[in-house]
Amino acid sequence: MADDYIKHQYDPILPEKDEWPVVRLSKGRKAFIQQVVASSSEKIKSLTGNQVPALKEELELTLYRERMRIKQNPWLVDPDDEASFWSGVKSSLLSVGVDQKLTEDEKKERYLAILTGITQRYSEEIASNFKHSHYKMTRRIVTFGFSRLLNTARVKGFKSIFSNQYSLQDKIQIIGETDQLRDLASKGTIVMVPTHFSNLDSILIGWTISTLGLPPFIYGAGLNLFNIQIFAYFMNALGAYKVDRRKKNQIYLETLKTYSREAIQFGCHSLFFPGGTRSRSGNIESKLKLGLLSTAIEAQRANFQNNTENPGKVFIVPVTINYHFVLEAPGLIRDYLNHTGQERYYSESDEFSTSYRISKFLVKFFTKGSDISVSIGRAMDILGNYVDENGNSRDQHGRPIDCRDYFVSNGKVTVDLQREEEYTKKLGTRIVEEFHKINRVFSSHLVAFTAFRLIKRANSKLDLFSLLRVPEEDIHLSYETFKDACGEVLDGIRQLRAEGKLHMAPHLEMPLEEIIRHGLENVGMYHAKRPLIRTEQGHVVTEDISLLYYYHNRLDGYELDKII
Amino acid sequence: MNWTKSFKTRPIGVIGIGSFGAAIANLLAEKNEVLVYARDEAVVEAINKTHRVKNRQLASKIRATTDPELLCEACEVMFPMIPSSAFREVMVQFAPFLHPYHFLIHGTKGLSLNLPEGKNLENISQLKRENICTMSEVILQETVVERIGCLAGPNLATELLEHQPGATVVASRYEEVVLEGQRLLRSDNFQVYGNSDIVGVELSGVLKNIIAIAAGALSGLGLGDNAKGLLVSRGMVELIHLGTAMGGCTKSFLGLAGIGDLVTTCNSTLSRNYTLGYRLAAGEKLPDIVADMEEVAEGINTVKLVKRYLESTGMRAPITENLYKVLFENFKVETALQYLMKYPSYTDIDFL
Repeated sequence: MADDYIKHQYDPILPEKDEWPVVRLSKGRKAFIQQVVASSSEKIKSLTGNQVPALKEELELTLYRERMRIKQNPWLVDPDDEASFWSGVKSSLLSVGVDQKLTEDEKKERYLAILTGITQRYSEEIASNFKHSHYKMTRRIVTFGFSRLLNTARVKGFKSIFSNQYSLQDKIQIIGETDQLRDLASKGTIVMVPTHFSNLDSILIGWTISTLGLPPFIYGAGLNLFNIQIFAYFMNALGAYKVDRRKKNQIYLETLKTYSREAIQFGCHSLFFPGGTRSRSGNIESKLKLGLLSTAIEAQRANFQNNTENPGKVFIVPVTINYHFVLEAPGLIRDYLNHTGQERYYSESDEFSTSYRISKFLVKFFTKGSDISVSIGRAMDILGNYVDENGNSRDQHGRPIDCRDYFVSNGKVTVDLQREEEYTKKLGTRIVEEFHKINRVFSSHLVAFTAFRLIKRANSKLDLFSLLRVPEEDIHLSYETFKDACGEVLDGIRQLRAEGKLHMAPHLEMPLEEIIRHGLENVGMYHAKRPLIRTEQGHVVTEDISLLYYYHNRLDGYELDKII
Repeated sequence: MNWTKSFKTRPIGVIGIGSFGAAIANLLAEKNEVLVYARDEAVVEAINKTHRVKNRQLASKIRATTDPELLCEACEVMFPMIPSSAFREVMVQFAPFLHPYHFLIHGTKGLSLNLPEGKNLENISQLKRENICTMSEVILQETVVERIGCLAGPNLATELLEHQPGATVVASRYEEVVLEGQRLLRSDNFQVYGNSDIVGVELSGVLKNIIAIAAGALSGLGLGDNAKGLLVSRGMVELIHLGTAMGGCTKSFLGLAGIGDLVTTCNSTLSRNYTLGYRLAAGEKLPDIVADMEEVAEGINTVKLVKRYLESTGMRAPITENLYKVLFENFKVETALQYLMKYPSYTDIDFL
């Protein structure tokens, strides 16, 4: 993968929208939902061992949790009939329970009917509402609107409003294996797995996909985002299906996974944020949520089972999104520090809470500096082997691998969930490895990393939390020390790049002084309190050490901390 | 001769036919057809004609070949039983013929070095965990086989060949591999346990060899059972300390592959590692003993690698460190023992 970005006009790979899998899916939406309902009800049936008491317990537990959720954590997007639906479930459950005349078989039938009712509701809720006209509209708004803003800012003079000198691709640089991705999108089903730092990611990735001439991908977006109208519009237009993180019951989770698996089997390119939620610490994700990832593996196995002639292949494509500035950083890092060590879900109130704030940010983003780059990684098969230009898996010596063999025992493709669980873990590890390799280092990452390490070194007796509590006024670094340290870290980064372990933005080829100036200008540039600035006396100081820690974390995990 | 077709059922493969390989081949042959791979033409011919290899009788069902490709085509499940020093090389040789549908269950209790090009044990500055591989890690690095298992436990080849009662552990992250191993090996007087912590089980088998050498040395000095008890118990602590640092799970070390194997090898003159220690204490020199043994004592290489690993990580492991001095720095066993007795440690158990 070259470091330079590719500014290029891409033709759509499937010009006719009727050929898009996502359009075919939305046309057959009803039938597809029925398939998801049947398939997920079947899954729950087998998970409860086809036993009436276990099934009953599962239903009761689900009911209990749902009623708690409605009471304790209601959202704007929740449909009005929720309470009535669940009291309906409650009375059906009760009536089966008390009816003495029912035989075991009749009881089971009734419980299964209730189960189907629930999966039906969940499937309808999850299913995306892709509309081609909205998609086209959104695409136009994004591309046109943003490039107007951009050109207004960069090209001087009256004519600037009509200038096309700069396009969005100058602002958001797409680098990496774009051609391979385009090739493979017509040879199999793509599952794209990007890092997740900001709520902006969804829109960015949607734009990237359409710029590359790919048909829209479907993806799971947190239901909370649909609370915000502007996002709801974009999401629906981009083929998002809804993921409700409040619902933790097994029936919901199975329905969600079934939806994703069936869509991949259908041939819909999909996108998961495998970290599950935005990275709170600013680190590149190192632990992935494996639930949705496992659906890619299940879909691949199902394709081998159902279609021996020409089984569709699933390709995993890691993507990193690289920022100088993450709007939500202050809130994210605060969450992270508050909850470190505790596995829990974060409350979803943050800087992106209103459409107004987002619009304000977007205007700022496009009229001022701060570039973003999207790195597309090499495509892999479901076990993390690289695939060649024809989509064939290759081992490290270039020998071809038949992916079907991974699911074979005694000569046949078999279903073994424990095996697939291990495969999912392995795939997760491979994705994290690739994230680190395709990650693109910016000047701002360099300065934030170096500054934080220097501060940490000067206070080596303090643990992290005490360090973050040191008053910012007490911290300053002399510019000379800072510059030398930056140079050392930069050498370390160059070394890593030579070993193929990461990538560097072209602006890191400038002389060191300029890199530092560029980095200080850009790091967290729109925050009210800047993570790093240079004072008039020439010192380097921080206004918010937690934020500095956040931006520093981007380079965590490369063992660069051995340098300083 | 087209062998693949001459088998009624799919044969089980055994790669390497040393003493342990022969014992496993015989166990497998109780229920299955077995095809053995050996490098040496003469050995293969002897197996096919006389059913014997180096004075060991093999079941008549067992056949042999020198062709890796034939073995990989004929078998879905194979048991690599080769010394760690040759393991990587053999896997590289097999790799072109292996597919993801193969199961490999190995029985090698040793470590393999994995260094960047141009580096060796002398010129590398630090030996990290990623530079020392268990055999399952070697298989993962060199082949496309994913479903890997290992055999470990008190399995003295001589006793197995005599059909004495015994047991083993099959460890794999994949349940299907454990089940297959159990199905193939279990018999009236051979019990097979399962474990999902393959690295922990491999490390149990690897690290216990260090303690076995030390136990042999104690006996060679003519010391009694109090000393043996002390060593086995301290050895266990050291094994767990090292083993968990290298990625195993404490529980695995307390099982058959850990304590079970440790107690066996620390008391048995049938164990190569024990014998090595015994002869060292009697005053023989390492090169002489090695030259004299039929098969390698894996413990020697293990001590060498683990000692470098300790230096790189700053960990301490007194038995290993002192044994290293005895093996490679001409220390007297008595002197090493004195060091151990003076080693400051006050807690009995600190790993639970």
